[in-house]
Amino acid sequence: MATVLVDGQEVEIVDGERLNGIQAAARVGADVPHYCWHAGLSVVASCRMCLVETGRRDAETGDITMLPKLVPGCQTPATDGTVFVTKSEKVVAARAMVEEDLLIRHPIDCPICDKAGECSLQDYHFEHGREERRADLKPFTSRRRELGDTVTLFVDRCVMCTRCVRFSREISGDAELMVVNRGAHEEIDVFPDFPLDNKMSGNVVDLCPVGALGDRDFLYKQRVWFMKSHDNVCAGCSTGCSIKVEENQDKVYRLKPRENPHVNQWWMCDEGRYGWKHVHDAARVTLPRRAGSDGYENVEWSALPDELDAQLCASKRVAVVLSPHLTVEEAYQLAKYVRGIDEQALLVLGPVPVEGEDESFPSGFTIRAEKCPNRRGVEEVIVGLAKQLVTWDDFRGRLNDESFDAVWVTGGYKTDWNDESDADKLSSVPLLIVQDTFASPLWDVATYQLPAATFAERDGSYVNYADRLQSFEWAVRPPAGVTTEGQLYWRLLKSQGLYNSRAVFDEVTRELVYFTAAAGVECEFGIDLKVNQLAAT
Amino acid sequence: MAEFQPVLLANIDKDDSHTLRAYESFGGYAGLKRVFGEMSANDVKELVKGSGLRGRGGAGFPTGLKWTFLPKDYQGPIYFCCNADESEPGTFNNRILMEEDPHQVIEGLIISCFATASTTAYFYMRYEYPLAWKRMQAAIDECYEAGYLGKDILGSGYSLDLYLHRGAAAYICGEETGLIESLEGKRAWPRIKPPFPAVEGAFRKPTVVNNVETAACVKQIVDRGSDWFRSIGVQPDPDNPRDPGSFGPKLYCLSGHVEKPGCYEAPLGLTVNELIENYGGGVWKGRKAKAAIPGGISMGVLTADEFDCPLDFAGPGKYGCLGLGTGAVVVVDETVPMVDFLHNSCQFFEHESCGQCTPCREGTSWALKMVNRIKAGKGRLKDLDLLLEIADNIGIIPGTTICGLADGAAWPMKNAIRKFRDEFEEYLKRTNPNGYMETDPVPILEIIGAH
Repeated sequence: MATVLVDGQEVEIVDGERLNGIQAAARVGADVPHYCWHAGLSVVASCRMCLVETGRRDAETGDITMLPKLVPGCQTPATDGTVFVTKSEKVVAARAMVEEDLLIRHPIDCPICDKAGECSLQDYHFEHGREERRADLKPFTSRRRELGDTVTLFVDRCVMCTRCVRFSREISGDAELMVVNRGAHEEIDVFPDFPLDNKMSGNVVDLCPVGALGDRDFLYKQRVWFMKSHDNVCAGCSTGCSIKVEENQDKVYRLKPRENPHVNQWWMCDEGRYGWKHVHDAARVTLPRRAGSDGYENVEWSALPDELDAQLCASKRVAVVLSPHLTVEEAYQLAKYVRGIDEQALLVLGPVPVEGEDESFPSGFTIRAEKCPNRRGVEEVIVGLAKQLVTWDDFRGRLNDESFDAVWVTGGYKTDWNDESDADKLSSVPLLIVQDTFASPLWDVATYQLPAATFAERDGSYVNYADRLQSFEWAVRPPAGVTTEGQLYWRLLKSQGLYNSRAVFDEVTRELVYFTAAAGVECEFGIDLKVNQLAAT
Repeated sequence: MAEFQPVLLANIDKDDSHTLRAYESFGGYAGLKRVFGEMSANDVKELVKGSGLRGRGGAGFPTGLKWTFLPKDYQGPIYFCCNADESEPGTFNNRILMEEDPHQVIEGLIISCFATASTTAYFYMRYEYPLAWKRMQAAIDECYEAGYLGKDILGSGYSLDLYLHRGAAAYICGEETGLIESLEGKRAWPRIKPPFPAVEGAFRKPTVVNNVETAACVKQIVDRGSDWFRSIGVQPDPDNPRDPGSFGPKLYCLSGHVEKPGCYEAPLGLTVNELIENYGGGVWKGRKAKAAIPGGISMGVLTADEFDCPLDFAGPGKYGCLGLGTGAVVVVDETVPMVDFLHNSCQFFEHESCGQCTPCREGTSWALKMVNRIKAGKGRLKDLDLLLEIADNIGIIPGTTICGLADGAAWPMKNAIRKFRDEFEEYLKRTNPNGYMETDPVPILEIIGAH
């Protein structure tokens, strides 16, 4: 145990924890401004914004000896007896100096800059900068150039923190970015014909503390202060990165990674980052329909649960295909509901999309080949209730010699996931309910076509490849005409009021042993369910 | 003092002094043979430590002490870098040594490497020295042929490879960690310290970085003993327990407005006046001197009244300068406006700032723009205070930068404006009679309108 003194307050640091001045100060709520330092990157100590005073307290006498000069907080380790002063006159003056320096050649084009509102330069200037501009030099207009397909560089807004350069060297590993020229003429650039082109490129925009790096997908789409941010979990692959969905009036504008030391650290891949476009795809199906004698006719949502319930209760042999895109709560509710009708109802794990191979980066960050968020969760719901796992392929095989009175298929995939042969196999089922976001061959032969929700509209929990369960709430409402799976199943189960994923999850933790580790626990980084498995073995 | 006989420069005027044949005829490499025959690495280390030799590159850090910072009994390579990126304005002492007496440097280097147990040495030479480059490479080749470099040198069992590396003309590569980064093929951005190079330097291994003249001094100490070395120069200040003294001969570079510019060897502690009068033949054309820089431009400026300043490691500091630096004295006569002097200095540092740390990158560039403005006849009195504020706040001494380049940029600004304030004010009043009193900040609307 080490004791560090920050602005007169003692901070206890447990053994094995390595903190720098910025992190130690944060423990007592002292915000040390910084640009170049980032917990996920190497330390360069070059922006000098985090300058603090430091010294050492003698363990025996308690006397404090201060260093005469300022030191960067990012580079100064907090060890037993270290003293940090973050609010002295010298520190305040140094911050004002760095802010003034950074603004000398900054274009100050905040009104047309995407970063305005979440810009460190802006925020720090209000807090630490001078009121008047003493540099009587006209700033440049901001030249811009594309660094690659995803990122645009606004050259003169850059404060040369080099976070992006270090990211491309240390995290994504392709080292496309570099610093060219020297001194005040420095710029970030790429080599000719070697653009910023890697599957993690979007992270440099999040890392940029100013508006120098713009996300070409997000550029000029929305002012950041209009958006609301919702914690969510990426549904792109089985890594399940912690993310934030940022939306305004039920329209998603961007996804950003959310720090999670157990899953994605600070990063997310471009596939996930830009993989939300299907949420607002015009081709999304939005009306529930019933097959009639002259084609399909619309059904009212209010009448639908009772109608489906009546039809299903009349069926003897029922199968339900649970998509790995469903949340644990949704899968559990639907499985529980059909098992209530047919005790032997077949629970099938929907197709698990796999593309290529897992792709790892130098930092350890991995994009999984399994392109769905919740295979593990749905599997465990099925195993927990039915004691055996039936895969989509098993199910297709069994359709050759078994017949079902009713089959409920859930989808929610971004890409084509069934074909004519699946449709042929299932078209003879008397009651085929297909719940999906997009039309497909299977959709076209369904008795009931039910529109489904996307990840940003769901409530519930996913379990990633490593058995980490993360819960989240909806970020946007589904398009008009769509009721989320959770809500529909809630009503089929005749539960009271609106769908409450937490209540369902509590039941899951009581009923299914795999999930018990998560009983009554809430953690922003998710819960490791393997703990429970170890106990069981 | 007058009878001091040059040691480091003893042979530079002799025929073919840069060749091995000539060097050996002056008794060269005898010291090296004696080291291998009679001394252990530790003996050499103690000898150099006892001599009180301080690094000749600018900072004046005791060389022997630097060597002892290497990890003890280190298993693995220790690298030795010879810093020949001599870019400090006014400085050319290393150049003379490399062009006229390269073997003296190499012998000192081999001894230094032996003392520090380095088996690989890099000789980092600035780009702009083509003749030195040619002669150094030729000398290294001769050494390999004669068995002074390579495997099992002179049957001693000690092996050393020396590689000549040519820089790409950047001042910052003279900073030891900038040099190491550049050597590794990276951008010469000085590293944050600690770790110091002695612990983690080139290729993440313990590394010693020594100056060319330092290496030559090591050779002379081995030849003549540490007592000889300590008999020359200035004893430690008894009132300052942290002053290790300034021993040995020093190569002073004298240039600017003097009759006989050149590189002169003299004991440390020579005054600026003595250097100008006894060696330089007085100020050019019999004019009056106005100022001089004591040891390369980054050390600051001395006024003509301060020419009694002794040029030892502690001397210039007592006259408001940063230190002795490289011992390069540039004399400025009375015809030179100090505004021009300052402009030249600011231009240099703006150009050479590596751009890593914000205060140096922006401070040097802002200062140059302000001095440009003053030179264009648009200067105001408040600009002087602003320049001083910048100068007082950049560098490793206030702690706002990683390396000392910013201190070097700051010192001429501080000294020139503080010591010649009247001249600057007179210049502003004369060139900007209507606007010199202006104190208002720049109207913000005009700036927005610039787009």
